[in-house]
Amino acid sequence: MDWFQSIDWVGLLKCFVVGGFICVIGQILIDKTKLTPARILVIFVTTGAILGGLGIYQYLVDFAGAGATVPLTGFGYNLAKGAIKSVKESGIIGAFTGGVTASAGGIAAAVFFGYIASLISKPKMKKE
Amino acid sequence: MKKLGKQTIKFDNPPCITEVASIVGPKEAQGPLANYFDQCLEDEFWGEKTWEKSESKIIKETVNMSIAKSGIPSNNIEYCFAGDLLNQCISSSFGLRELNIPFIGIFGACSTFVEGLSLGAIFTEACAEHVLCAASSHFCSAEKQFRFPLELGNQRPQSSQWTVTGAGSAILSKTGSGPFITHITTGKIVDMGIKDANNMGAAMAPAALDTLLCHFKDTGRSPNYYDAILTGDLGYVGKEILIELAQDKGYHIKQNYNDCGVLIFDKDKQDTHSGGSGCACCATVFSGYFFKQLKDKKMKRILLIATGALTNATSSQQGESIPGIAHAVSIEM
Amino acid sequence: MKPLDSKNEYQNYVDKKSPNSPIFKNCFHAFLVGGLICSIGQIIMDFCKYRGISQEISGTIVSIILIGLSAFLTGLNMFNKIGKYAGAGSLIPITGFANSIVSPAMEYKSEGYVMGVGGKMFTVAGPVLVFGISTSILVGLVYLIFNTQTITLV
Repeated sequence: MDWFQSIDWVGLLKCFVVGGFICVIGQILIDKTKLTPARILVIFVTTGAILGGLGIYQYLVDFAGAGATVPLTGFGYNLAKGAIKSVKESGIIGAFTGGVTASAGGIAAAVFFGYIASLISKPKMKKE
Repeated sequence: MKKLGKQTIKFDNPPCITEVASIVGPKEAQGPLANYFDQCLEDEFWGEKTWEKSESKIIKETVNMSIAKSGIPSNNIEYCFAGDLLNQCISSSFGLRELNIPFIGIFGACSTFVEGLSLGAIFTEACAEHVLCAASSHFCSAEKQFRFPLELGNQRPQSSQWTVTGAGSAILSKTGSGPFITHITTGKIVDMGIKDANNMGAAMAPAALDTLLCHFKDTGRSPNYYDAILTGDLGYVGKEILIELAQDKGYHIKQNYNDCGVLIFDKDKQDTHSGGSGCACCATVFSGYFFKQLKDKKMKRILLIATGALTNATSSQQGESIPGIAHAVSIEM
Repeated sequence: MKPLDSKNEYQNYVDKKSPNSPIFKNCFHAFLVGGLICSIGQIIMDFCKYRGISQEISGTIVSIILIGLSAFLTGLNMFNKIGKYAGAGSLIPITGFANSIVSPAMEYKSEGYVMGVGGKMFTVAGPVLVFGISTSILVGLVYLIFNTQTITLV
């Protein structure tokens, strides 16, 4: 349990607050607008990619760690960061390969686990 | 039969509702009306592989139950009117394909049951000895078609309604001991521009008002003529709106008015937000509860106004508003 | 009061009549659950780094674990209950993205494993990938055109 002692509690608190706050923005969008969940996710990922491209989101990631990368804005940030990194390495083709490469793990995992879940589980009615 | 006013038909020999049957799903079985339904299911699949199959089975069994209860041999039933919410009304046509009764599939969204009663009553007076009317809906298949996958972790808005799982079926006969369908008022399509698919009650309330006013005007009756005025599935939001709008027009319906979507669930315990909806909502509440009230002479006259939202998933994605419809039948003992 | 005079007036009337969502309660729940999910991510991240794994790979591991967890809970028919309580708190983190892929996959199982599960899997999450990936390509191209450190600090 050595790593347990190594947890940065202040960092964890920052992560909690920032992550929670980003979700509150989403909740306000849900309650105050008539946007569907899919549209809200699109807004978050696009905002994240743009802020990531402008380099602004990086500050938030440095400050809050997973509090900024786990929300879907972080997914967008990751895509943009990957695209820029690849552009630096391989020019124009990097713009097309970089984003997906950087987020390949998440996308592949979602597809794979989704398929597995559909094999072994059936949807059920919400009981309440 | 003869026409009264613009939209109402008065029957000379009012067709009798001989028998009814209702089957509901597990959630309705926890609601306040549970004891009145003929059968309550324990799970929403009812041994079938898909919800669509389950809904077909529900309407099939409900229809068979109403025939069995009435004691009328099924080949004496001359026509069957049935409909549901799924694309091209597959629940009713698949569920009733082995029924062997001339079949007229109808669609009036959630107003289908009363649409069926209206048409069935005309057929009964005109030519048929016995006619069958049925409608079904299923929470899961409706969510899948109109909204989101069941397992999606979203929050339902406060104005949203819960589609009733179940089916109701009624057999109309030329003669019988009642209750009788004395009048039908066929509604117009009314669209007040509501686009929010999570607020169907508000979208349908103007149509309900239109039909209600038209019924009173055509028949010369007033709200207190009826022991109960019932709308199909306006829910809490639509109910409030209809009461206020009617009051505005000089009709005070608050005393004897209620909504089937409000009655079928316990709002606080069951967390159904604005109440029930779907074809089965007024079909099961009428067949389960009000038919027995009429039979037991606890009520003598009711006006059943089923409301429907004539929308689908494509039209709401394209930003179209939701046209509403409402059909009324006056049922008297 | 004549709400039926025009569509606009009726809309305003309906807005007044319709119950509002309990927004403060919802936001509080969203904050708690959202913060908690991010913190779980942070703990996994710290653990990976403690084991000497690079920042980038750690991030991917966090995503995969949270997505796997979300898929697992969705498969157990539990995620929708969490979602009902937490709202955006479970939607906005990567768990919501996973849930939006897993839930249609399960739902359309009845239309078969190829066109049902395979074809409908992205009905909710598809737009996220379309807009996310397209924006990242645009960001890459814009970076290429301006290629200066002043535009992007990344």
